[in-house]
Amino acid sequence: MRRSRAETDASHAKLGRRAALLGGVQLLFMGGLAARMRYLQVDQADQFRLLAEENRINIRLIPPKRGEIFDRNGMQLAQNVPSYRIVMVREDAGNVEDVMQRLASLINLTPEQTESAVRELNRSAPFLPVTIAEDVSWDAVSAVSVNAPALPGVAPEVGSTRVYPRGSDFAHVVGRVGRVSQKDLDALEDPDAVLRIPRFQIGKINVEAREEKLLRGTAGTKQVEVNATGRVMRELERREGQSGAALQLTIDAKLQNYVQARLTGESAAVVIIDCEKGDILANSSAPSYDPNLFIGGISSKDYDPLLTDKYRPLVNKTVQGAYPPGSTFKMMTAMAAIEAGIIGPDETVYCPGHLEVGGRRFHCWKRSGHGWVDLETSLKRSCDVYYYDLALKVGIEKISAMSNRFGLGIRHDLALSSVNSGLTPTKDWKLQNRGEDWVIGDTVNASIGQGFMLASPMQLAVMTARLATGREITPRLVKTVNGVEQPVKGNAQLDMKEGNLRKMRKSMYAVVNDRRGTAYRSRIIADGMRMAGKTGTSQVRSAVVNNSEVPWEQRDHALFVGFAPYDNPRYACAVLVEHGGGGSTAAAPIARDVMLQALYEGEPPLEAYPTGDRGRIKIQQRKLRDVQPEARIKKNSDQA
Amino acid sequence: MSYLEYTVKSVPTGFRKILYLNWPLVLLLTAVAGTGFLMLYSVAGGGYSPWAEPQMKRFALGLCLMVAVGLVPIWMWRNLAGVAYGVSIMLLIGVEFFGAVGMGAQRWIDLGFIRLQPSEMTKITLVMFLAAYYDWLPAKKTSRPLWVLLPLLIIIVPTALVLKQPDLGTAILLMAAGGGLMFLAGVHWAYFATVIAAGIGLVVAVFQSRGTPWQLLKDYQFRRIDTFLDPSSDPLGAGYHITQSKIALGSGGWTGRGFMQGTQSRLNFLPEKHTDFIFTTLAEEFGFIGGISLLVLYALIIVFCVVSAVMNKDRFSSLLILGIALNFFLFFAVNMSMVMGLAPVVGVPLPLVSYGGSAMLVLMLAFGLVQSAHVHRPR
Repeated sequence: MRRSRAETDASHAKLGRRAALLGGVQLLFMGGLAARMRYLQVDQADQFRLLAEENRINIRLIPPKRGEIFDRNGMQLAQNVPSYRIVMVREDAGNVEDVMQRLASLINLTPEQTESAVRELNRSAPFLPVTIAEDVSWDAVSAVSVNAPALPGVAPEVGSTRVYPRGSDFAHVVGRVGRVSQKDLDALEDPDAVLRIPRFQIGKINVEAREEKLLRGTAGTKQVEVNATGRVMRELERREGQSGAALQLTIDAKLQNYVQARLTGESAAVVIIDCEKGDILANSSAPSYDPNLFIGGISSKDYDPLLTDKYRPLVNKTVQGAYPPGSTFKMMTAMAAIEAGIIGPDETVYCPGHLEVGGRRFHCWKRSGHGWVDLETSLKRSCDVYYYDLALKVGIEKISAMSNRFGLGIRHDLALSSVNSGLTPTKDWKLQNRGEDWVIGDTVNASIGQGFMLASPMQLAVMTARLATGREITPRLVKTVNGVEQPVKGNAQLDMKEGNLRKMRKSMYAVVNDRRGTAYRSRIIADGMRMAGKTGTSQVRSAVVNNSEVPWEQRDHALFVGFAPYDNPRYACAVLVEHGGGGSTAAAPIARDVMLQALYEGEPPLEAYPTGDRGRIKIQQRKLRDVQPEARIKKNSDQA
Repeated sequence: MSYLEYTVKSVPTGFRKILYLNWPLVLLLTAVAGTGFLMLYSVAGGGYSPWAEPQMKRFALGLCLMVAVGLVPIWMWRNLAGVAYGVSIMLLIGVEFFGAVGMGAQRWIDLGFIRLQPSEMTKITLVMFLAAYYDWLPAKKTSRPLWVLLPLLIIIVPTALVLKQPDLGTAILLMAAGGGLMFLAGVHWAYFATVIAAGIGLVVAVFQSRGTPWQLLKDYQFRRIDTFLDPSSDPLGAGYHITQSKIALGSGGWTGRGFMQGTQSRLNFLPEKHTDFIFTTLAEEFGFIGGISLLVLYALIIVFCVVSAVMNKDRFSSLLILGIALNFFLFFAVNMSMVMGLAPVVGVPLPLVSYGGSAMLVLMLAFGLVQSAHVHRPR
């Protein structure tokens, strides 16, 4: 078929027109694409650039180094040591099962451990390290390192963990850390992001908890570039955080160690305070426990005995415990009376062995009575009736007010957990808390530290220090923070007549050093080291029965407060032996031993003890020499 | 038979034909492919493997293929058009039974040395066959219903087969290219109006079918359309590709972040960065200027093809060139629209730039036909 020239030309022309049209449409579309490109790349560039940066940059926290804790002489009480764990990266391991088997035989993994590790490996991204074993020994780390060629993808990683080298000595002072729990996070209003880091440790009790802010430090950050699957490609920027502050406590670790050892076998508490600055030199509660056990989570095998022990090792008896102060409170009753001018220090009261008050008979501990007694005699022989009489004259309000001035019934602000404020009862207090009117018998009971009266050993030690110095000694536990001395509070004079205080000290001196004093057997005979004090026996039950005939839980608490040297007080102490029987027999000897230890800054010479005691003390000293605290510190810390 | 009407003697013969190739077009193609090599080198983190080197080899092979095809007289190709179309249909049916499944679609036949994608070939053979058809059909019959129905059938058969794979992107390209050729051949306006109306109807039908037993698209295809319409609805799921692609493009700015400095592509935020989304890498690293440059290269290729077609007095040659140019245009227009968030993600590579052997060889073959038409044009 032959076509005409005209027809061909016409169809060609039409083709040309349509081609031009279609080409035009195409170019128009390309123009649209260009406009779109301009919109995205020029108009919106800033926004998209930002989005791209957000995409690729990930901010990671660097956990800060926790502040270390030292005693007043620089001995380490809490330190950080490297802790090792073994991790595996799936994509580097190749045959996971194979490698795991070799690893398990090398570092003794249980079948459960390997199983859960393999499960974890298969679940997480192939490039993420998965922890196979935690807190492994240095031996395991070196075994893994040496065998590295046979263990592709396996590597030891180093972290940091808290260790308490002084073990049980400082459980009730330094406390302990532990993994951050949900409870910890809930308790905080705005939890620091660093707390969310896996394995991060937070202070749980005592100084570790109360000074958490200082000790924790602030987290550093590093900006890392990540790809779409979250794999870290490189580090872009690193801003170091701030390590936690180094804390120096006022405690003398050597003295603390001695006291803790001296209290072995007792359920007891001892506080020794420096009379110059109020520094707490020893804060011992026995029995104690090893805080290292708690760090990685304690096993019930270790925990159950601590919970069920009737001596309550988990309780810090020096500040958490509130006990009837017994006769150690008598100084407060007396001070209230003589400061009020109701009775002169030398005026006498007749003790027939009891006092009738409101139709009730209140006995003196000595049923036959002490006869005519003045302040010194009554304190020395611990006559009760003298204080009944004084209390009835001066009234409970003044007694409570006086004891508050001496630091009883007041919560001392210490970096310890659950600090008890004790109780100095008043009429209002009873009405509000018991809904009952104050009766005169309550005053009589309170006058000898019984009834509602409660005090912690810490408060009794503060009271004694204030009596000894006439100053408002305030206890201090943290000596320096990062080398900066913390303020000493309480240099103000107690606004009391110096003569009255002197008379009180003299009476306390008589308690220990007078042949008829209740603590005479626990006197110190070294010159310039003489101790003054007061025994106390606080009743747990009401009936008077011989202590040896009742079970331990019902025996009286034994107490002693004292200071030394008498003429130039350096240290004050309070000793409490729970259900220990009499203060003179159970508490005073401990007080003498620990005070001598403090005064001589170490083991005292036998000459400081009365001749009759030296044989026994010699044996005791040998026994207590260098008693190591109970501390199960993991082996790897030695290698650090 | 129109070539007999021209003086064949003026057509160059032998290897002298090489001198008469459309050299500007060759240079443009090389420039585009070169851009591709550069980007493939970059997305590999600065390495010739795994993508840049094979791509270079394929392009070299493609160039040879183009010249070889270009040296063969155009009338030979016209005579083969019917056969080529037939073979394509056979292969399309073949993949239904012997095809390998990849990315949720049956697309290729593994011949051992090459993975043959019949749908790629069909784009060219369809254009060839339609051009031959309109060359054979007297111009006055072009708009008669019977003679319109026939090319429609020619288009619909391969389209349906491709849709069955299912490969929605290629199916749409086939329809568009076929329709475009019919338009160029001079079919009456009214038909196109009808088809567009029908198309709208089809779209409605497709959406209506969702969730019913006679659902016309697979679920993943619906999801792609959903995320296209609202990419922010699922930024980490199906909308991820579009969002990340736009971020990459946008963060490029005027001049880009520098060669091999594109964080989006280097850190794998971009999907398929060496194939469908390679343009985003270019735009991220070379910015608006780089993107526009590539677009201009593409535009020039279209312009040179259209000029070559309009100057060619042979109807088959003109239609073939325009059809191939249209195909080429559809390729990059759909791809760019996709990465710029203007079209749904349909899996269309960027021609000559994206990594992929089959697509490149088919394209070079097509440009071989363009060269053949150019060399053997009646003078």
